[in-house]
Amino acid sequence: MRDIEKALALQPPGDSSALAERFAARAAEEGLIDIAYTVEDSPVGPLLLAGTKRGLVELGYEGEAELDSYLSRLAAKVSPRVLEAPARLDPVRRELDEYFSGKRTEFDVPLDWSLTRGFTQRVLRATAKIPYGHVSTYREMASKAGNERAVRAAGNALGANPIPIVVPCHRILRTGGSLGGYGGGLPRKEFLLRLEGALES
Amino acid sequence: MNGRADAPLIWRRPTRILGCPAHISAMRSVSQTVSLPPFQAFLDAQRETVFRYLVAMIGPNDAEDVFQETFISALRAYPRLRPDSNLRAWALTIANRKAIDFVRSRNRRPLPVEEVPEVPVHDGRPSESGDVWAAARDLPASQREALLYRFAADLPYSDVAAALGTSEEAARQRVSEGIRQLRKAMA
Repeated sequence: MRDIEKALALQPPGDSSALAERFAARAAEEGLIDIAYTVEDSPVGPLLLAGTKRGLVELGYEGEAELDSYLSRLAAKVSPRVLEAPARLDPVRRELDEYFSGKRTEFDVPLDWSLTRGFTQRVLRATAKIPYGHVSTYREMASKAGNERAVRAAGNALGANPIPIVVPCHRILRTGGSLGGYGGGLPRKEFLLRLEGALES
Repeated sequence: MNGRADAPLIWRRPTRILGCPAHISAMRSVSQTVSLPPFQAFLDAQRETVFRYLVAMIGPNDAEDVFQETFISALRAYPRLRPDSNLRAWALTIANRKAIDFVRSRNRRPLPVEEVPEVPVHDGRPSESGDVWAAARDLPASQREALLYRFAADLPYSDVAAALGTSEEAARQRVSEGIRQLRKAMA
């Protein structure tokens, strides 16, 4: 009986990972992907890029362990139709390449703010307007978002920025000029500020 | 598959969770209620099982197309799925329905006499498993289903029993009777 059992349990002919990739292309054609994502290498480490039909919804600094929690959060908060489908992120990848090679000072890709609300979103929208090479303060962002005394809340809002780099929360420093904090870690903040010429090398 | 189309597999809710994705716990830290995993995780966790099931049920040549139909259909319905559903059972239910649809339409399609459609195409793939499954398609439905769940979907006997709506003892009997019949057929 073992011989028949062995034959029945043999691995299937073909490779379902290739089928899964073809599936992603077909799903994109049929407009069934609510969130397309890809992971892209960059000078500040691998970046998770996730886009809805409206625009870039999340840019995540990635350690392997984080990918699952990013995607699970997107599935829970935006839509569970999440698929690895790099094509939608091509414009974002191109702009990031140009930014990291010093050829781009402003991002033009559309953004999807679904992961933020209220005060947080107002702080981040104000942050998005700080020009390349310039810096601002937590206090000023709090004031632009409509409550100049909510400095700590502004700090929290920036720490929760779902689209760092493109929404340049690295350009926000403490009032005295010290670096303050950064969700991706201070070395990344320093790197970005140096790249933009806002910090002495 | 003949006669099978009128008696599609009905999944009785299995008694324990199959293929529970590892990141369910990560999702709980995001929100208190359990959410569906990202579709990519569902696809990665179920694609191998679904493909094996389809290859066993309709053969390797047609399994690839039905695989696409299965997951497109799953993706359409996914946001409406209850988060506590048995994802493997759900995926196999769709695969089974799509395979039955496929066989029905294949049987309706008029074929030119010159064509000999049932001869397997040799495309360098291992054929031993394919031969056994081709023979399994002639078994009585109850035995074939038991073999599909046990070997193609690789379910443990407790879940084969749940899927068939029988006791584990009866599931084991159907599987071993199926294997006995296959040995006879292939001798």
